[in-house]
Amino acid sequence: MNYKLGTYAVAAMMAASPVMADLVFPSLSYRTGPYAAGGIPFADGYADYFTLLNERDGGIGGVETRVLECETGYNTEKGVECYEATKGEGSLVYQPLSTGITYQLIPKTTADGIPMHTMGYGRTSAANGSVFSHTFNYPANYWNGASGAINYLMSQGDIAGKKIALVYHNSAYGKEPIRTLEELSEKHGFELMLVAVDHPGQEQKSQWLQIRRERPDNVIMYGWGVMNQVAIQEAANIRYPMENFIGIWWSGSENDVLPAGDAANGYKALTFHGVGSDFPVFDDIQEHVVDKGLAAGAGDQIGTVLYNRGLYAAMLAAEAAKTAQEIHGEAEITPAMMRDGMEALEITEAKMTELGLPGFGPSFSVSCENHGGPGLIGMTQWDASAGTWSLISDFSETDMEVIQPLIDEDSASYASENNIEAGC
Amino acid sequence: MFYREAGDFSTTYPQDSQTFPIKFDRYRYYVVLAVAVLVMPFVMTDYLVNSIFLPFLIYAIAAIGLNILTGYCGQVSLGTGGFMAVGAYACYKLMTAFPDVNIFFHVILAGGITAMVGTLFGLPSLRIKGFYLAVATLAAQFFLVWLFNKVSWFYNYSASGQINAPERTVFGIEVTGPNTEAWATYLFCLVFTVGAAILARNLTRGSVGREWMAIRDMDIAAEIIGVNPLRAKLTAFAVSSFFVGISGALFFAVYLGAVEVGEVFGITKSFLVLFMIIIGGLGSIFGSFAGAAFLVVLPVVLKIVGVDLLGWPTDIVAHFQLVIVGGLIILFLILEPHGLAQLWRVAKEKLRLWPFPH
Repeated sequence: MNYKLGTYAVAAMMAASPVMADLVFPSLSYRTGPYAAGGIPFADGYADYFTLLNERDGGIGGVETRVLECETGYNTEKGVECYEATKGEGSLVYQPLSTGITYQLIPKTTADGIPMHTMGYGRTSAANGSVFSHTFNYPANYWNGASGAINYLMSQGDIAGKKIALVYHNSAYGKEPIRTLEELSEKHGFELMLVAVDHPGQEQKSQWLQIRRERPDNVIMYGWGVMNQVAIQEAANIRYPMENFIGIWWSGSENDVLPAGDAANGYKALTFHGVGSDFPVFDDIQEHVVDKGLAAGAGDQIGTVLYNRGLYAAMLAAEAAKTAQEIHGEAEITPAMMRDGMEALEITEAKMTELGLPGFGPSFSVSCENHGGPGLIGMTQWDASAGTWSLISDFSETDMEVIQPLIDEDSASYASENNIEAGC
Repeated sequence: MFYREAGDFSTTYPQDSQTFPIKFDRYRYYVVLAVAVLVMPFVMTDYLVNSIFLPFLIYAIAAIGLNILTGYCGQVSLGTGGFMAVGAYACYKLMTAFPDVNIFFHVILAGGITAMVGTLFGLPSLRIKGFYLAVATLAAQFFLVWLFNKVSWFYNYSASGQINAPERTVFGIEVTGPNTEAWATYLFCLVFTVGAAILARNLTRGSVGREWMAIRDMDIAAEIIGVNPLRAKLTAFAVSSFFVGISGALFFAVYLGAVEVGEVFGITKSFLVLFMIIIGGLGSIFGSFAGAAFLVVLPVVLKIVGVDLLGWPTDIVAHFQLVIVGGLIILFLILEPHGLAQLWRVAKEKLRLWPFPH
């Protein structure tokens, strides 16, 4: 009986969905579960930017956009279900915002010919476009992040002989930077200390006792969701100096620092895009989206770090769609065309200014070999009294001498495991 | 009317003790099986397989496994997720170590390895029972997940700690990896599900099953009439873990293809399978299927109705799902502790007498 009901419902859904006359951007969001605090602002930013394009410009190249939202709860099974449910509707690009779901979808999207953009997360070696033909992770990846943090520390002083701790979410995501940091510690002569925190990360007492005992000079954190706020609170409890505490970009939003109050002052986080709402595009969002009552979610996230990231992701997707339209001379692009657009994407400072986002992110271009972008990393710092994040360094180069061999090695092993012939 | 027994005579003992003694019931079972094997593969789409049928078939195996332990033998277990992880990682290690052996045997071997691990964790059941055993199996759950995260040998020293299923074929047709056909994965899992159900059904109505049920109903009385509790409990743990291991192997290799142990085989998985047998019906093979179908299909239907038809925000629908599933569990525990299987049995009794109930 239950299958029948399901089948009817699916059939009804298929019949009810409109003909493909718009550009579909699925949003595998999570507004529930232990990671919702990060999922909500990202999904809002992603949806609002496409609403803005529809309201202000009439879509992309004259074709309306449609954001198809599907709730995953950061759960891989639901993510797969969402992917299967939405891929038939002409979905152009997937952005699951979850490393676990990314791993599921890399082979599936490649087999189905739909591109996937894992901006600053997912499988780092997907930067090698000759192996991962349909996966993109520009403009920066986890290994750039690890190297960026070390570069920043080196710019502050000599790190040889110092002890640096990595506090990480004990999952594929958190384990990603370990290899890079090990290589870097060999190269620069610092001591690496690994501290794992299990999902979802509410219990970190013993880890921070260990940090208090070992007294590392710096702590780097790869956390997400509730783990971040707990870590920052615990760091404050052991009076760890906040300016020596650096989070990856997923550990650097308002949600993470606000619970600790003034104690979080000076906490740093890496970033690959600008912070704050001091960009012209936000005036447009206010005028065309918020004032018309079209803002996604509760509409209270505008200008937060993760909202900006969702906005940035949507902007990059929209620009790739534009590029695809230009390449193929067709307004209603297919996922295959979208992939070509992403591979030919070029973001220049002039383009960013035109979009109302001057200086928001680095300018870069994607190529068939390099799906990972330039990996330019900036540093932000939290000011608790003002309640704002501010950029305290330029977007600067990371150590590709260390990262590129790791990318080649990991992608080569993926290629041999899955019988993929390197293209390009 | 529907279940007419007139003219349905049993003339031998085997006829009398068959699983479906009523002719109508028996033929219905054959029809369902024939449709599942001969018709369904032709109408399979990626969506139907990945959202409904694969999870249903795989969870049904896990539910049968847990039902043997909890429903038939009365040993409460919260370690299902951990044992599924054992199956998944065993299958992964076998697939990568012996690439030339057919995946079919790997899945069965993974079940065997899980049976051994399960027996090991079943040893405390000889001394403790009920609530205390639940806590001991809970420890197994956390220990196993920790182990697979900690020891990099289990994931072949990959940098991310994820395991990925390589492409493997059966009769030249791919059943794991990204390029599988919907019908192939469906049929592959169907074979295991049907096999597990037949095996479990026959075990539970034989002497082994009677021992389990005797232990469940009153262990001291069972011991007095000659049931060996050590043997009964450990066989229950072994058989149960065997099924759970197979489902874990299929879950990883065929359904998801890539697994991260903490997220996929966490404590929520143990609870989900436990809810399946509570809603479906403890001590019933049909209940395992009904419970698995219910908890797999319900969220999908709620999502389709809420998001696609009514246009509600996705987070509200997700929260409603939690409320509805939670509410249903409470309702079932109060109104029908024997679950959907008992509702079905009652309905069948009524249908046998209909339209002359007196």
